[in-house]
Amino acid sequence: MSADTGTATGSEASRIHNIGYRSYDGVRLGRSYARRSLYSQSLRGAFGLGRSAKSKVLPMLLCGVMCLVALIIVAVAMAAPTMTKLPVRYTSFAIYLQAVIGLFVASQAPQSVSRDLRFKSVPLYFSRPIERVDYVLAKFGAMASALLVLTGLPLVILYVGALLAKFDFADQTKWFGQGMVSVALLSVLFAGLGLVVAALTPRRGFGVAAVIAVLTITYGAVSTVQGIAWTTGSAGAVSWLGLFSPITLIDGVQTAFLGASSAFPGGEGPGAAAGVVYLLVVLALVAGSYAVLMRRYRRVGL
Amino acid sequence: MYDPTVARLTYRALLGRRRAAILFVLPVLLVAIAVAVRAFAGADDDVASGVLGGFAIATMVPLIGVIAGTGAIGPEIDDGSIVYLLAKPVKRPTIIFTKLIVAIGVTMLFSAVPTMLAGFILNGNGGQIAVAYTIAALVASIAYSALFLLLGTVSRHAVVFGLVYALVWEALFGSLVPGARTLSVQQWSLSVAEKVAGEGLVTSDVGLPLATVLLVGVTVVATWYAGQKLRALKLAGEE
Repeated sequence: MSADTGTATGSEASRIHNIGYRSYDGVRLGRSYARRSLYSQSLRGAFGLGRSAKSKVLPMLLCGVMCLVALIIVAVAMAAPTMTKLPVRYTSFAIYLQAVIGLFVASQAPQSVSRDLRFKSVPLYFSRPIERVDYVLAKFGAMASALLVLTGLPLVILYVGALLAKFDFADQTKWFGQGMVSVALLSVLFAGLGLVVAALTPRRGFGVAAVIAVLTITYGAVSTVQGIAWTTGSAGAVSWLGLFSPITLIDGVQTAFLGASSAFPGGEGPGAAAGVVYLLVVLALVAGSYAVLMRRYRRVGL
Repeated sequence: MYDPTVARLTYRALLGRRRAAILFVLPVLLVAIAVAVRAFAGADDDVASGVLGGFAIATMVPLIGVIAGTGAIGPEIDDGSIVYLLAKPVKRPTIIFTKLIVAIGVTMLFSAVPTMLAGFILNGNGGQIAVAYTIAALVASIAYSALFLLLGTVSRHAVVFGLVYALVWEALFGSLVPGARTLSVQQWSLSVAEKVAGEGLVTSDVGLPLATVLLVGVTVVATWYAGQKLRALKLAGEE
């Protein structure tokens, strides 16, 4: 563009200066690039990467705890010469450490969506060539991926440890695969629930408490009532009560289909028929949380 | 030491609009569970003790304590509006003390009342269980409020740290490492309940004298230190 900084002809009193604004003629990276950027930025943000040192502490600490527990289990399995498999099943690992996973969701889901809402920066995202569906999918995907890293990494450590200890390859691979499917389901479910609660309570602190309430309080309530149902001899009710909290839902699905041993009182999870109901409820919750998020972002005012 | 205006503002911040919803949901859930269990299993002392100890004292009271304790001061420090309060001729320890009283009141209201109600629904106060757990909830409310109010003045991530204490320390480590139970508000309050309830229905790992000393000590020190922190409060930007 040549610099023809001339003046438009007109009356002497008024003239228009060309101050050299140019139109952009580079490559336009487009919608999918913006979506990918939002995804990777949210995923990194969940572990505190690209944020201040202080905000790296908690997610890294929680991730470290998960991996440390896995390493200890591997070390125990290697030290004991008589063992033929790991002392903890792949599928049980996430159930045991659900408090850590819950804290991760509770601290990072509000970080991912509430700050955008609180500081009114959502309109800035939508001034880019992304649509509502891109924003929701990127945030949902990033949170689920972050959770998959958190829950999958220790399983990989367990698997590698099991192979190094020369446990049966076919068995270990099968169990490892089942464990990964289970944690993938768990990640998507927890990410959906966490993001919905965080998007509905943008106020600092309240989002964290609300996510914990949804994940942990329901588990506390369900396991208390399950324990009572078990001791009073109504074992049939135990497996149906598991439908009312996220972690027992995952427990039920993996007991029915993924060869896990249930953590329900009495160790009797749902059978295949009840398992289908469990799976349907999980899928409905995931689809529901996607729908709620889409609805939440339909109108985000300035 | 008590300033009615600060108290009124804190009440409105805690119970205003949708914020109180989460405070209402938990007690309603507890009472609903109590009704369901009573219909399901009938009146039974062990069952009642299990519900009240496992759900009310172990999860509900700490969570309400976190919300009320940090919510009494956290949001104000967070959005910077605390400066208008600090600029008034009110002593900083007075502000903390007033907010503590409000937080204790709210926690007691939302934890002890439903606990008592659930206890009466579960077994009609057989073996003094309802009263014992209500007293435990009242005692725990005081200590939790003071503790989490201090966290609210110290850290911007007070809710997370409060939850880490309540969930990871008290629940997870408390069940794995016996020593951790000595340093747990939950066990201190249970030791008070132990004195009230009938034989062997409520158990605590801490003796009553030690528990009383620790409860009073934690409350007083936390309140004093929160006052000191507020005297030298620095307002920081977001992250």
